[in-house]
Amino acid sequence: MSGDLLLRLELRSNPNLLSVVRGAMERLTEVFGFSPPECRSVTRAVDEALTNIIRHCYRGKFDQPIDVACNRVQRRVSGLRREGLEILLSDRGPAVDPAKLRGRRLDEIKPGGLGLHFIRQSMDTVEFKRMRGINQLRLVKYMAPRKQD
Amino acid sequence: MQIAARRADKTTIFDVTGDIDLANSPEIRKALLREIRETRTPKVVMNLTQVRYIDSSGVASLVEGLKASRDAGSRFILFGLSPAAREVLQLSRLLKIFEVYENEEQALGT
Repeated sequence: MSGDLLLRLELRSNPNLLSVVRGAMERLTEVFGFSPPECRSVTRAVDEALTNIIRHCYRGKFDQPIDVACNRVQRRVSGLRREGLEILLSDRGPAVDPAKLRGRRLDEIKPGGLGLHFIRQSMDTVEFKRMRGINQLRLVKYMAPRKQD
Repeated sequence: MQIAARRADKTTIFDVTGDIDLANSPEIRKALLREIRETRTPKVVMNLTQVRYIDSSGVASLVEGLKASRDAGSRFILFGLSPAAREVLQLSRLLKIFEVYENEEQALGT
């Protein structure tokens, strides 16, 4: 954990649970204070990340473990304090090829490959790491800056 | 998610209710492709008024429907996009590619 824990979800890789997580993320982002478009962005990013885990890491198996941890984090830029929501998504699937985490170009009309693009468009930070057999995706969305108290 | 079809003249309207995500986008894709490729309906319209959320797999199903309709020489129309559905099509730069209307009257009147 890298901040104050707000919410932790342990779920199985069942696509029917995606709507449950979206519901939780919609409420959490609202309570956190994000604007409605930001709430939709963060919820979309988490949903797409989970979809990628189910499709690509677990290859459609419905009974594999996924952990979602949501933390409050802070950073300071030029004396301004910025509060953010960090979401850590962990799975025990095979190692992910970092080259496949770039997403595709959008100048071609074709189905597929949009999830990563949505994640990168929605979040301020998107980081991936593999440690001790676990894939971890770190997503952070910061709130608009406010003056230091 | 539920999908129901209304057929009249040379048009089929699919009324979709609920979120479109990985759990059900294959169902959307199957219904669309059957209507376009097998039934060869000249005008296929998606009523998304009751769809609050579409994920990338749902967008992929809509793109497949669009490509199939282009191949078949038919029309594929969307109407009633929620803010989230509109955002996702904007993010994927597809909003201008699809034929999109505000409501059913406009969609059928074209």
